[in-house]
Amino acid sequence: MHELAITCGIVELVAKAAKGRKVARVTVEIGKLSGVVPDVVAFCFPEVARGTEAEAAFLEICEIDAAARCDLCGAEFATPSMLTTCRCGSLLFQRLAGEELNVRSIELDEAM
Amino acid sequence: MCGTCGCAGDAKATLLNLQTGTATEIAGVHNPHEHVHADGTRHSHARDEPHSHAHDDNHHRDHDHDHAHDDGHQHQRHAHAPGSVHGDPHEPAGDVVLIESRILAKNDALASKNRAWLAGREIFAVNLVSSPGSGKTTLLERTIPSLAGEMPLFVIEGDQASDYDGERIRKAGAPVVQINTGAGCHLDAEMVARGLSELKPSARSIVFIENVGNLVCPALFDLGERAKVVIFSVTEGEDKPLKYPHMFRAASLIVINKIDLVPHLDFSLQQTIDNVRLVNRDAAVLEVSARTGEGLEAWRDWLCAEAAAAREFVPL
Repeated sequence: MHELAITCGIVELVAKAAKGRKVARVTVEIGKLSGVVPDVVAFCFPEVARGTEAEAAFLEICEIDAAARCDLCGAEFATPSMLTTCRCGSLLFQRLAGEELNVRSIELDEAM
Repeated sequence: MCGTCGCAGDAKATLLNLQTGTATEIAGVHNPHEHVHADGTRHSHARDEPHSHAHDDNHHRDHDHDHAHDDGHQHQRHAHAPGSVHGDPHEPAGDVVLIESRILAKNDALASKNRAWLAGREIFAVNLVSSPGSGKTTLLERTIPSLAGEMPLFVIEGDQASDYDGERIRKAGAPVVQINTGAGCHLDAEMVARGLSELKPSARSIVFIENVGNLVCPALFDLGERAKVVIFSVTEGEDKPLKYPHMFRAASLIVINKIDLVPHLDFSLQQTIDNVRLVNRDAAVLEVSARTGEGLEAWRDWLCAEAAAAREFVPL
């Protein structure tokens, strides 16, 4: 349930950026190898957002596929799990994507 | 997840048939997605069907939707609080404010402050993580008397509840603060900052941070430590590095504890180490028994070497 702490982090960043204005939409990025379960964040969000600028906001979660570049053969490849290795057999690679945990943007409520 | 009916929506669970080797994604138990509301009304929509609806009835607290997965690299889902109305595809109606910030930015900033504070005092801080019952506290009880003559030792104890472990550490002879996380499943940088402020560790000491027993959550939260150590006991089984790869990957050292029990178990040390290597090529691995003392000399040497490195560290 570290997702509760992650969700608190999202709402805190949103509230800071909103500066008292109502937020209609919050867009976050969660990498598939970030160790955070999007469903649990979505579950926590309405409760955490209650009483804040994001109370009525709509949480959009963009899940980012994970990929890496092999240090030996240079190939870029998808890494659906933490245990994926390069097809050339190398265990040496740099993660290119999939560990994101970001708040991308907020959309303010036009009525405000 | 739907707060009303608890359904998983677009769950990422997969089902593996061990007999056939086939894996299937369990794409939500409700597909098409269907809810029964508190007042008995029911609605449903298909997975790939864009839709819009108003929630002004205040009986449905939160809500997930599935979207068509034709965008290649990103899969979107969303939840919203009661009272909001929306349609899809989305056209921004109000001003968009780019934030582009890491969710963990606040914790990481506090962790950096802790790290600088510790480095300035030439303190070696080590974050001990494990599942509950792997022997973290017992290992510390053995370590404290054996290192007490070498350098000052301090302990920050993290547990969901009770000061039971803190009391054990105190009896072993080290100053200790106990952090109870309540509902929390991990220590964070702010808790450790408060712990350090209360503990006031002396310069050139070792600060052991015993995290909440949990192989999942503590992996994500930087505390400002110089090294993470996973304590792993042989009774947990060889597969744990593969099942909890985030934690094993983040560690500088894996301590395999309770090796005195190996003769009584179907447990392969070599298989465990092979599994560790699949997720972490670089971590040192030590085999110890905190109960019998076997292997503790190497653990002690590792701590002394790291503490010496912390004293030599020059922040650039």
